[in-house]
This record gives sequence, structure tokens and C-alpha cells, in this order.
Amino acid sequence: MDVLENLFTNIALYARNLLMEWSVSYSVIELVILFLAIIGILGLIVLDALILVWLERKVVGFIQERPGPNRLGPAGFFQTIADTLKLLSKEDVVPRSADRWLFLLAAPIVFVPAIMLYAVIPFGKDMVAVNLNVGLFYCFSIASLGTVSFLMAGWGSRNKYSLLGGMRTVAQMISYEIPLLLSVLGVVMIVGSLNLSDIVSAQRNVWFILIQPVAFVIYFIAATAELNRGPFDLPEGEQELVAGVYTEYSGMRWALFFLAEYTNLVATAALAVTLFFGGWHGPWLPSWMWFFIKVYFLIFIFMLVKWTYPRIRVDHLMHFGWKFLIPLSLVNLVLTGVGIEIYRVMGG
Amino acid sequence: MSVSAIVFWIIAAVILGSAISVVTAHNLVHAAFFMVLTFFGVSGLYVLLEADFLAVVQILIYVGAVAVLIVFGVMLTQRKEMAQTNAFSRHKWVAAFLVILLQILFGYAVTHTPWLVVDEAAPDTTVGLLGEMMLTELVIPFEAVGILLLVAVVGAIILTKGARRIL
Repeated sequence: MDVLENLFTNIALYARNLLMEWSVSYSVIELVILFLAIIGILGLIVLDALILVWLERKVVGFIQERPGPNRLGPAGFFQTIADTLKLLSKEDVVPRSADRWLFLLAAPIVFVPAIMLYAVIPFGKDMVAVNLNVGLFYCFSIASLGTVSFLMAGWGSRNKYSLLGGMRTVAQMISYEIPLLLSVLGVVMIVGSLNLSDIVSAQRNVWFILIQPVAFVIYFIAATAELNRGPFDLPEGEQELVAGVYTEYSGMRWALFFLAEYTNLVATAALAVTLFFGGWHGPWLPSWMWFFIKVYFLIFIFMLVKWTYPRIRVDHLMHFGWKFLIPLSLVNLVLTGVGIEIYRVMGG
Repeated sequence: MSVSAIVFWIIAAVILGSAISVVTAHNLVHAAFFMVLTFFGVSGLYVLLEADFLAVVQILIYVGAVAVLIVFGVMLTQRKEMAQTNAFSRHKWVAAFLVILLQILFGYAVTHTPWLVVDEAAPDTTVGLLGEMMLTELVIPFEAVGILLLVAVVGAIILTKGARRIL
């Protein structure tokens, strides 16, 4: 079990020792290790997307009482690979009146913050690419960059549905960013640190979902809205906006938006696990395996919610965010502060 | 040249290039997106100075929020032809003269200020210190900024909804 537990840290150690023997300078070794971490994260993202697209189709199938993909490979698992090949071979269409550079750049740029999120997440014991002391804050500021690329796509397409979709995305993401940040502050107040590794190690005995259940519910709802996933998928509401910001995109550029959504989904679930479900803590199994079990369980819940509830109306969305979630998260914050103070008085 | 110096010059080139593009772009939307790039470059400078917290705040406040608000403002007040929205001034030589004068002034201020040099290493985490200062020493400016923002929010609501419908 120890071999499995330390599998990835041992690979890093082995690479480090090998480079030491070749008498490479210290800074170059650090760069190589960082490069290895980036390759690992990219591999993880691609693998996750392959699994998640298949899983989502299967979950929808289950909910709607139909089999889902079932022809290619075991339980239709290779369907995603076939679809990816099809998307890669499609023509890259740019509308004639589009704002060419904004249109072309939006799809790659939407992917950048999604990848950057993975740098600070502790995947297992001693498994974090960059141990940043403002890790949590970094995550939210990077996530807020997503709005820029959606604006670029919505504006660049020169299509009224795209622009409306882009505007809705931005309005929704800005509104739900506030409860998202406020809900997490309770955890930060208890731990007294913004470092994600510290937050994980503070949950050695008790998961924060037991201390901060309201915060987790707020986080879950606001994160669903940030991800633009159902029931908050208004930016691409087919019945009103054709496909929102994605209307003019086809082939691999469209697939990049899709891939970014799944990358963000995994990152959001990973952050939730880190903040509320004890991160990589768990008995018997290796730490990173626990982490991924928890992440996939949470993603499964996200999928169930998406395909169970109907889409919320746009004005209801704003009312719910500003008049219910934000006050609730503020109350939670005050109660947490009082609770910490009472605990301190009782304990000391 | 050391690695950090090379990185500095690359970042500086990005900041200056995009800042010039903000002014010279004919399309106001493009100018706004170049502004996002400028802010991003500045946060890169903060990372280079190992001021992690400041870099993250720069991205969250300026890139995330202000840039998006600018783009919103631009889109809602557009004219028929987007290519002509970034208005140009006719007095460009006067402007250039004033800018050069200002730059000389800045240069003089930077080179002639007796900067306080401290031997201590930079603190590892600045978040706690900053938070403590905001709630003790700087509590009045902090609250004043809060009130200012509240007034702005109320003003924005009244502007869009109309005072009579609210009161």
C-alpha cells in the first residue's frame, strides 16, 4: 500500500535524483519537476474529459430511461474518442462579419484559467504543484477570468444570440461570484489560512461540511451557476438563444469550450472536496485515490442536479442570487464568527 | 542578464505595448480588451516582486471586475460604426508635449525620493498583516471606502430603476 500511496511523489523523487546524478543545476531541476507536474495535470484533464463526457451521457440516459451511448467499446466508452476525432477533422468556420481576432482567440483563452486552477489543488499527500500561501484566493481570482473569454466570444461572433448569451453569462458569473466567495470565508475563518494544504490538514479529525453545512449548500449552488451548468444554463438556453455564446462556433473551437466546462467542473469539485470533505484524508486507500473518489462522487451529484431540475428563469436567477444567497451567506459568516468566539472562550 | 531581468523586460514590453494599443485602437471594445491585458501584465510584475497577494488582488479586482464593467459600459453605449468609437483628439502635439513633461516629472520624483531601504527579508504571508492593519490602524479609510461603494451601488440602482419606483 505504501508503494501506491507514494507512487507520484516517488516518481518526482526519482526524476530529481536522476537529474542530480547528471549534475544539473538546482534551478533547472526545479523547472523540470514543474514541467513534469504540468504534464501530469494536462494528462489528468484530458483523461477526466474523456470519462466525464461518457459519464454524463450515461447519467442522462439513466435519468431519461434510455441506454445512452452503447455501440462503441464497453458500454459505449469509446464514443467520446470517435466524437473527438470527428470534431478535430471538421472545418474551422469563421463568420464573415465576425470580429476575427476576438472570435478566434476566445476559445483558447477560455481554457487558460481552467488549467491554471489545477496548479494549487492538493491532489494527495505532498501532491501539490505550487504550494501557494494565498491558494484559495488565487483560485477565485483565476476563476473570475472566465468572464473575459465569454465576453470575447459573445462580442466577437457578431450575432445577437451570441451577444445576449455572453451578456447573460457575465451577469450570472459576476452575481454568483459574491455568494461563492462569502460561503468559503467561513472555512477560512476557522482555519486562519488561505493555503489549501493547511485547510486540508485542519480537517484531519472532522470534515468542514459538518461544521459549515450551510456554507457548503451555498457553495454548491453558486458553483453550479459559475459553471453555467443546469439548472443555471441560461447562457446557452436552446429554447431562447439557439446556443448562446457557442452559436457560431464549430469543430475544435466548440469542443474547446466544452472541454473547458469539464475542466472547470473537475476543478470546482476538487475545490469543494478540499474545503468541505477533508481533501485527501481517508482510511486504508492511498490519499490521491480518496481524493478522486470524493471528486467523482461530487461530480455525480452535479450531474444528477443538472438533469433533474428545469432551467431557472433569468429574473428569478438574479432574485435568487442577490436576495437570498448573499444575505444567507452573510448570516452564515456572522454566526461562524460568533461560534469561533464562543469556542475560544469555552476552550480557553 | 539574470532570468528575472529577462522576465521583467518581457512583462514590461507586454504592459507598454498593450497600454499603447488601448489609446491607439480605433475600436473601443478592442481597447477595453487591451486594457485587460495591461492589468494582467501588471499583476505579472507583482508576481515577479514576490507580492503574491497583491498580484491575486490585481487580477480579481481589475481584470475580473473593472474590465468587465468597462466592456459592459462600452457595449451599452455603442454607435452605429464600432470602428469609430474610440474618439481621437485633434490636439495630439499638445498632448504629446504634456505627456513628456509628466514623464520627466515622474522620473525626477522616482530618482530623487529618498527610498527607505530595509535589510529584513520580505514577510512570507502578508494577508494577515494587511487584514489586521485594515481593522486597526486604517479602519477609518477602510470604512470610508465601504460607504463610498455603498453610495455608488445605490446610485446605480436609482439610475437604472428611477427614484420614484423605489421610494
